[in-house]
Amino acid sequence: MNAYAEMAGLDPLTSGEVVVAQNIAFGLIAAIMLFSALRMVTTRNVVHAALYLVIVLAGSAAIFILLGAEFVGVTQVLVYIGAIVVLFLFGIMLTRGALGVDEEEKGEQRLMSCLVAGLLAIVTAGALINTFSDAELTRSSPSTTATVGDSIFSQFIIPFEAVSVLLLAALIGAIVVARKD
Amino acid sequence: MSVVLADLAYWQETTIRLLVGLIAVLLPAGTLVYLFLFKMMSFMQSRLGPMEAGPYGSLQLLAEVGKFLQKEDIVPKAADRLIFKLAPFVVLISTFLLILVIPAGPDLWFIDVDTGIFLGLAVSSISVIGILMAGWASSSKYSLLGALRATGQLIAYELPMVLAVVGVIIQAGTLNVQEIVMAQATGEIFGFGGIGNPYVITQFVGFLIFLIAVQAELTQPPFDMPVAESELVTGYLTEYSGLRFLMFFIGEFATAAIFSALAATLFLGGWYVPGLEATDNLFNVIGPIVLLGKMLLVAFFIFWFRFTYPRFREDQLQQLAWKVLIPLSLVNIVITGVLKVVF
Repeated sequence: MNAYAEMAGLDPLTSGEVVVAQNIAFGLIAAIMLFSALRMVTTRNVVHAALYLVIVLAGSAAIFILLGAEFVGVTQVLVYIGAIVVLFLFGIMLTRGALGVDEEEKGEQRLMSCLVAGLLAIVTAGALINTFSDAELTRSSPSTTATVGDSIFSQFIIPFEAVSVLLLAALIGAIVVARKD
Repeated sequence: MSVVLADLAYWQETTIRLLVGLIAVLLPAGTLVYLFLFKMMSFMQSRLGPMEAGPYGSLQLLAEVGKFLQKEDIVPKAADRLIFKLAPFVVLISTFLLILVIPAGPDLWFIDVDTGIFLGLAVSSISVIGILMAGWASSSKYSLLGALRATGQLIAYELPMVLAVVGVIIQAGTLNVQEIVMAQATGEIFGFGGIGNPYVITQFVGFLIFLIAVQAELTQPPFDMPVAESELVTGYLTEYSGLRFLMFFIGEFATAAIFSALAATLFLGGWYVPGLEATDNLFNVIGPIVLLGKMLLVAFFIFWFRFTYPRFREDQLQQLAWKVLIPLSLVNIVITGVLKVVF
């Protein structure tokens, strides 16, 4: 979207038209995401829940792209939709019968999960409001992939390596737990 | 399609992009079906193939489409109707998004973004969800087994595919597909710039891994365990008929065409032919034809393997991916990285 505005000689971030379009797009995406997120936790069918999760994750990828964070958005699609949800679906379909609607699972952990979700929402909202309550979105230019790569491998190299080692540990742990002998 | 369209209104531009995208997906797919599935396969089996519809059977494709459109769109009684009906669209969406990243000339591209090839690999993985949806919603054991096999295979072969592309990315120093083409067009081999530097020479191992992975991603022989007709009828496609079957069929061959075009772009220099300046305006005219030619060359190999080799067993298929292709592509990345630093 920004590329077109540049070509037409408009500054993509100050020209009102583009921002209006972005606001409308954000509203639409947010509404779809909210609806899907609600359906995801209320639907009785596990596969439907996983498919609603796909819509939520695709929505967050779209919002990343709206914010100009193209690389993060694409990574969201590749990692979450292309790999994690596929593994969810794979696991569900391997372990349940075809078209398994679990009527007997009334959810004895419902109270606990509501509590955890509520607490998490309060903490996240509190942190966000505390940090950004008066801040205006700075109209910085879209981050290019090169800058993301540079900052990962210079400024954030230690957190990046730490996360890599953590993931490796989790992988090895999973293999050890799954091994029979 | 970029600078050319800069003066048009947004909706006009979008309409033109949609139409061109539709042609760019359907035309190569139809060409592959007629040229390879109808004719090449027939010749390899000492028969003529379709000869009646149109001169030399060239209109057979339209006849087939007409046939599928007339058929009843059957949904099994026990199926999850909505998901069953949506599944072919999810597969097609993945295909249509994939064409976006392939440039056909210096100014002929759909989107020219920094993430380029990374975006292409990301959207190509969406089709797995469509296949799982189709297999599960059919509520048939054959379909479910087929979908699970397909998913296991697609996950296994996506890794060597991505890792094979990483070699090209390291050598070109960019994710942007247009810049990868430019890097090949302006590259030199030991100081000789006569033919540019198509990466099929330096990344030959990567090219082979990419072709094998494409073959597996398309779930076609010798990697067609998911649709093994002697055990699973046609896998996740079993319950589909009429238009929706046609959509899966188009999706399969369009994906074959686009992956071939992607291989041609990454390894064979894309729309560029040696002898001209890479920025020459002429490439906006002949670029698409050059790309189509290179795509047909790659697709010829893919279909040649398809018609020649017998099916892998499931364990052989997984072993090839995890024990051979992935280690090989990792070694390829290391060597490419070392050579990139040395030279």
